[in-house]
Formats: sequence, C-alpha cells, structure tokens
Amino acid sequence: MIVETDGMTETLERTRVSGQSRAEVIREICRHLAPFQTGERPITGDTVIAKDLTIDSLAIMDMVMELEDHFDISIPMNVVAEIHTVDQLADTIQKLCARR
Amino acid sequence: MGLFDRYEGLLEAYRDVRTTGYDPFQIRMERVLSPTEAIINGRKTLLVGTNNYFGLTFDPSCMEAAIEAIRAEGTGTTGSRIANGSYTEHVALEQEIAEFYGKKHCMVFTTGYQANLGLISTLAGEGDQLLIDADSHASIYDACKMTQAEVVRFKHNDPSSLEARLRRLGDRPGNRVVVLEGIYSMLGDSAPLREFIDVCKKYGAYVIVDEAHSLGALGDNGRGLCESAGVLDDCHFIVGTFSKTLGAIGGYCVSNDPDFDILRVTVRSYMFTASLPPSIVASVRQALKVVKAKPELRTQLWSNVATLYEGLAAKGFKLGPEHGPVVGVHLPDRMIAIGFWRAMLDAGIYVNVAVPPATPNGVSLLRCSVCAVHTKEQLEHMVEVMTGIARQFGVLEDRTLRVVGGAH
Ligand SMILES: Cc1ncc(COP(=O)(O)O)c(C=O)c1O
Repeated sequence: MIVETDGMTETLERTRVSGQSRAEVIREICRHLAPFQTGERPITGDTVIAKDLTIDSLAIMDMVMELEDHFDISIPMNVVAEIHTVDQLADTIQKLCARR
Repeated sequence: MGLFDRYEGLLEAYRDVRTTGYDPFQIRMERVLSPTEAIINGRKTLLVGTNNYFGLTFDPSCMEAAIEAIRAEGTGTTGSRIANGSYTEHVALEQEIAEFYGKKHCMVFTTGYQANLGLISTLAGEGDQLLIDADSHASIYDACKMTQAEVVRFKHNDPSSLEARLRRLGDRPGNRVVVLEGIYSMLGDSAPLREFIDVCKKYGAYVIVDEAHSLGALGDNGRGLCESAGVLDDCHFIVGTFSKTLGAIGGYCVSNDPDFDILRVTVRSYMFTASLPPSIVASVRQALKVVKAKPELRTQLWSNVATLYEGLAAKGFKLGPEHGPVVGVHLPDRMIAIGFWRAMLDAGIYVNVAVPPATPNGVSLLRCSVCAVHTKEQLEHMVEVMTGIARQFGVLEDRTLRVVGGAH
C-alpha cells in the first residue's frame, strides 16, 4: 500500500492503477465489501451486492465514491443503479479506467 | 410478489421502532401552544425539533397579515402560477425576496421541496453533469432521479472531492451544475462555501445553494451562508424555503440570470401545482420584514445554540462538528436513539429522531433545532434532562466503552 502523497508516488500509483488487472479490481471491491459479508459465504463475482450482503443503498453509494477516488474515475449514479453484481461493478470500473 | 414485499427490510426496522411504545413518525401535536410548547400525549411539552428558528409561527404581525389576507382574498388560489394562481401579492413577494438578496429575479414555489425538485432537474438537462454533496437533502436526490443529466456525488463538505470529479470530466461537453446547502439539516454543519466557489470558478461550473436552514441564521442581513461567506455574487441560484425561519410554507429561487423567466414555463413543479394561498403569501411577506427589522432574533438564536451545544458538549455528548441552529446528538445505534427519544418525550421534551437510512454514514441522531425564543432556562433544563437519560442509557463519552460495549 502506497501512503506517501508526494508527486512521484502519486504518478507511480496512477500508472499502476490504469494497468490494473481484473483480479486487482475485484480485490479492491472485495476489500470494501468485506465488512458487509454474511455468514461463511465468500464474496465472488456473482455476489449480488444489495442482496447477498448487509450493505444498504447509501453505503453502496459511499463505497462507489471510495472506488472512484481509488481508480480516479467517476461512476454516475444512473450507472450505479444498473449494477447488481461484483462482476458488473468490476466491468464498469475497467471500462471507465480504459477510457481515462 | 406483494406490492410491499420490497419494503420488507424497512417494515422490519419500523416495527423495531414501534416496540418502544411511541411511533416517532406518528407523533401528534394535540395542541400547539407557542413556537416552543405543545401538548403531546396529554402533556405540556417543550419543542426543540421544529425548524422554527426565529419562532415566527406565532408572531402577531405575521398572524394578523395572514388573517387580513384571508378576509380580503379567500382561503386558496385554486390554480397554478401559470393559470389563475398568480395574484399581485405573489409577484410582490417575489420582488421583495429578490430585493432582499440583491438579485434581479425570484420565483416562488409552493414548497421548498418542489423548488429543488423542479429547478435542479430542469437546470441540469441531457448532456449536462450534475454534482451533488453526498449528504444532500431528499429533495435534491429526488431531482437527480428526474434529471436527464449525469449525476455524480462528492464527499460531504469536501471541495477537493468535488474538484477531483470536475477534473475527471476533462473537456467533455455539457454544463457542470453543482448543488450545495448552506447548513446541513442533520448535523447543523455549514459548507466551506468559499472553497467550493473557488473550485466551481476554476472549472466553470454553475452553483446552486440551498439556504433552507441558513435563511435568517447566517449573514449580517440573514441572507444565509452566501452572505456570511461573501459569495452572493458567485452563487448563480439560491434556493430556500418559507417553512423554517419564516414560519409558514413555500419555496423560492433567486438569480441574476437574464433568462431566468424561462424557468416559469419549463419547471413542472412550478407549473403544475396550485400556488400558495393568500394568507401564506401575506404572512411570509410580513415575516421577511420581521427578519430585516429584528436582527436581535439572529443574535438570540446563536446565543441559544451556544447554550445547548456547549451545555451538551460539557456533559460529554457527541455532537455535530460545529455550532448550528440544528444540534445533532450522536447515539450509538437506532434502538438507543429511539429509546432515548422516547424517554425525552416522557420527560416532556420533543426533538426529532433521525435513523438510517435517512441519515448520512448510517448514524443515529437526536436532531435538536433551536429557536430564538427558547429561554435559557428551557435549554438548560433540556441539558439536565438529557444528561439524566444518557446516564441511564450509558451513552456519555466516558462511559461508552463500558456500558454500550457490554450491551452488544
Ligand atoms: C435542505 C433542505 N432543502 C429543502 C427542504 C424542503 O423544504 P420545504 O419544507 O419547503 O419543502 C428542506 C426541508 O426539509 C431542507 O432541509
């Protein structure tokens, strides 16, 4: 985890992020969703965020804001509304990162 | 699937709430005695949750004006502003509000909710970008559902979070419209408006500021945060309500935009609902005069805020970040908040209880709103009562760990 915020590290971080693999995107999403996991069932690409986890709609929007800043993209609210699964969220993030 | 199945979770939460005995969403004011007292459950109760910041609901001059207007023009207009519902007085009220702000134009709506809903969804249209604070009021969120624009949230009161989102838009076409509030209704905190305005200027974004809770309270003339932050000229649209400081109902928007009047034939929440009744227009016009003539109400309000905020803080309550006409008291969870609220009501004090999903970051709050005509004694009494209840619930700062931890 890079914590320094001087210019150099920021640039490095950015490069790392745009070249990020799907696995890394999923890992970042899961890191945010972990606190909302129920029981023993692991969070996978098929996990339906609003249904299989104990996260409410406001917390989903707050998580999206964190992901936006991590990947330096913006995900409009109407796009968020169409996202149901972890895979779909990862697709959106990858698509927006590619367009950046 | 039944019609209400999708509300299963909410129904469950609501059932929890009702197990405390009273339903906070169905409290009845059996008789309102004054801006600060009412009979609730047969008992005389101190009101500290009414948004009635200047206590003008019982101002004799406002009441007289309303009564006179009813005698002269009847009880209602029975029509919208674009049909038979524009009276000379509606137009006069618009001129007076525009003058109050030193702006060229004003439009009056039937509620503040409708002002935000219609204005925001109309100003930001297809191809535009609407940027809203994460803690925005429901009326702003609902406007986002109606707009054709792309909507992005930024972190509450965080100009750098807004800047990041404006920067990411790059040179994409479309207007950028940013919505802010003067004072936020849950925790009573104000926006860092100057910093926000600097960011908006840098990226050429339009700014809408909702002064619902700051009208009267902030600024040398009570115009709100735009005035106290010295950025009146940089705010393209200022929205507000008559339902709080002005003690009635209704909403407004002021602006210097030369094409402002086009909104009168495009904003549907203005066009397709009946206009304010004459009595309301009259009492609001008078209330505005009172706000101008009695700056001491503002002084009194802030002195009362200090009494309540500092009183509670000294006892160890966890409060909103700064003094404000709304004092938000944090409690550990929904059930404690509801229980605390009910204990206060039993002790003769009414405040609002706010629990998720209606609150930011899932917090549970007692939302106290201070009134200029509360007496110091009333507020000191409230601090004492709340401290007693807090001891029973074990929620004061120094005890949080032991008692609340044990209850989990
Ligand atoms: C920030 C904010 N905007 C708008 C409104 C709506 O005001 P009104 O009561 O006039 O519909 C409120 C009141 O709840 C509010 O808190």
